[in-house]
Amino acid sequence: MAVVYEKTKLLTDKPLHYCPGCTHGIIHRLVAEAIDELGIQERTIGIAPVGCAVFAYDYFNCDMMEAAHGRAPAVATGCKRVNPKNIVFTYQGDGDLASIGAAEITHAATRGENITVIFVNNAIYGMTGGQMAPTTLPGQVTTTSPYGRDPKLCGYPIRVSEMLATLDGPAYISRVSVHDVKHILDAKKSIRKAFETQIAGKGFSLVEVLSACPTNWGMTPQEALKWLEQNMIPQYPLGVKKEVE
Amino acid sequence: MGQKMLMKGNEAIAEAAIQAGCRFFFGYPITPQNQIPEYMSKRLPKIEGGCFLQAESEVAAINMVYGAAGAGARVMTSSSSPGISLKQEGISYIVGAELPCVIVNMVRGGPGLGSIQPAQSDYFQSTRGGGHGDYRMLVLAPSSVQEAVELTQEAFDLADLYRNPVLIMGDGLIGQMMEPVEMPERKERKDLPAKTWAATGWKPGCGRDRAVINSLYIDPAVLEKHVNHLYEKYAAMERNECRWQEEMTEDADYVIVAYGTTARIARSAMRKLREAGIKAGLIRPITLWPFPAAPIAKAAKHAKAFLTVEMSMGQMVEDVRLAVEGATPVHFFGRTGGIVPTVREIVNQVEALAKGGC
Amino acid sequence: MAKLTIAVETCKGCGLCADVCPRHLLALSKEINSRGYHPIAISDQDQCIGCAFCARMCPDAVIKVEK
Repeated sequence: MAVVYEKTKLLTDKPLHYCPGCTHGIIHRLVAEAIDELGIQERTIGIAPVGCAVFAYDYFNCDMMEAAHGRAPAVATGCKRVNPKNIVFTYQGDGDLASIGAAEITHAATRGENITVIFVNNAIYGMTGGQMAPTTLPGQVTTTSPYGRDPKLCGYPIRVSEMLATLDGPAYISRVSVHDVKHILDAKKSIRKAFETQIAGKGFSLVEVLSACPTNWGMTPQEALKWLEQNMIPQYPLGVKKEVE
Repeated sequence: MGQKMLMKGNEAIAEAAIQAGCRFFFGYPITPQNQIPEYMSKRLPKIEGGCFLQAESEVAAINMVYGAAGAGARVMTSSSSPGISLKQEGISYIVGAELPCVIVNMVRGGPGLGSIQPAQSDYFQSTRGGGHGDYRMLVLAPSSVQEAVELTQEAFDLADLYRNPVLIMGDGLIGQMMEPVEMPERKERKDLPAKTWAATGWKPGCGRDRAVINSLYIDPAVLEKHVNHLYEKYAAMERNECRWQEEMTEDADYVIVAYGTTARIARSAMRKLREAGIKAGLIRPITLWPFPAAPIAKAAKHAKAFLTVEMSMGQMVEDVRLAVEGATPVHFFGRTGGIVPTVREIVNQVEALAKGGC
Repeated sequence: MAKLTIAVETCKGCGLCADVCPRHLLALSKEINSRGYHPIAISDQDQCIGCAFCARMCPDAVIKVEK
C-alpha cells in the first residue's frame, strides 16, 4: 500500500492545543506541508505571534522565534536582514496583525521585506476569550461588542489584503479560505506560492486565510464553517490581490 | 591604540560599535541621539554584511533587534528617553529570551516629552529593569567620549557573555560633546560562548537542538526556574562587573557621588573644596547596575556625610542610602528639566554641610 | 481498497472529517480517548476509496491514508 496522505514531518509530534474544529490546525498543516515540499526546512525560521497561535513554536518543526504582540514582522525583518538566505515567515492572527501590529505589518509590506506572512483572520480575539477584533463583522456579537459591532461606535472591519495591495512593496498578496476541501487545496497553492515568491527574492508575500473559531463564535464546528462561507467571504472576497511577476 | 580624532560622543559610540563587530542597527530618529543612526546609515551599507534600517517606530526597532539578535548577530539600537520608554516592551522580551544586544540611551529631560536637554532622570527606569517582569540590565554610564567608546566596545562582549542586553546610559552632553578620542583596536575575547542557541536554520541531525527564541513559560514552576536562572546571571554580574572610580576618598569627610557628565562637574567641585581646605572625595559609579555599593559602604565608615549629585530630582541617591545603611547622613543636590548643576552650586552644598558640622 | 489510520489519542472529535467523506463512512466513536473526546472512527474500511478528503480537512492531522 502506498501512502496517499500523512502528517508532514514539518509538524512536531506535540498535539495542537487548539479547540476542536478550530481551523488553525489546518492552516498550520498547510504551511508545514509547503515548507516540506519546497525542501526549505533547514533554512526556514518561523515567527510566532501572540494570540491563539502563540505556541506555534512548539508545532513547526524548524527554528522558531516568539514575538511580542503584533511585532512579528519587525522580528522577521531583523532575522531576515541578518541571514538573507533564510526563509522567514510570520504566522499572525487578526488582533496581532491588523490591530496592535498594524504599523509593523504595513511597513514590512511597504519595504518589500522579503518575508512571508500567514495572516489568519477569524474575526475575533480567540485566546483572550472572544473579544472584538479589527476584522469583526458589522453586527457580529463578541464579548466586547455584546450588542453586535456597531460601525458608528467602533468603525468598520479592515480588509488587510486589499489595503496592503495598494502599496508598491508587496510582491504577492492573496486571500483564501479553509472552509471546505476545495478551498483548502487552493489555500495550500497560495501559501506555496507565497514561499516561492520569497525564495525567488521577489519581496513581501502575504496570504490571508479566513478561519473559523467555533468556540468564540458560539457554534459547532460545522456551523462555524458555514458561517464563515456565508458571512466572512462576502465581507472578505477571496482571490489574488496583488502579484508581481 | 589608533589615531587620535576629534569626535562627537554620538558618532564615537557608533564607530566604536562597528569596531566591536556590530553590523546591524535599527533605530528611529529622536533628539539628542540622531548622530548615532545617521552615522550608522553612512557606514554600515559600506561594510560587507552590514545593514542599517530606519524602523517605523522605536517599538519596531527594538523588535528588529530581537530578530537580529535571535539570529545570532551583534546588533544595536539607540534612542533617547521617550523612545527608550517605547522600547521597554521589546527589552523585556529580549531579556526573557536571553538575547544579547546593546542599547544606547542619551537621556533627555522628562517626564513626558520633557525637553531635549541633558538629564539623568531615567536612572530608575534603567537600573530597575524598565519594562515588566523581574529583570536587570547591565547599565554603563560613561563620563567622557573616550570612556563612551571603550564601554560601547566592551558592552558587546558583556552582552554576549551574559546573553542579556547592555544599556549605555549617557546624556545629551555626552552625545553632543566633541572630544579627542582614540579607537582602541578590537581585542577579541576568547571566552565568549558560541551562539549555538541562535535561530539560523535547523534540520534533524544537524548537530544542535531546534532553536526556539522565546520568553513564554506558561507553567509557573518553569517560569520561576527560568527567572531564577536569570538572577543567577545577575548575581554573576554583581560579582564580576561592578565598576566605579574613586578619587580622594581615603581621608574624605565629605564624599560626593555622581555619574556621567555630572561626575565631571563634581570632580571640579571636589578640587575647589580641597583647595579651600575641605576634605572632599568623589565616587563615580561607572556601572549604575550593578551598583558599586562596596566603596560607598567603605567610605561611609569615616565620612561625615555624603552628597549625591544628579541631573534629576534624586534617583541614584536611593541606592547610595541603601549602600550607606544609615551609617552617616546622605544628602542630595540635583537640577532637573535639562539644567546642568554648576561647580559653584556643588561647592556651596558641601560648604554648607561643613559649616553645619554635619 | 484503501486504509485509514486514525491517531485516536490526538483526535478532538470535531467531526469535520465526517462531513466531507463522500461515502459517509466516518462517525464519532462511542469510546472516549484519554483527553475526553469521542474520536472519529471508520464504520466500513472496505468502502473507503482513499480520497483523503478527511485527512485534508482534519485540523489535528490525525488521519493517515494508504491505498
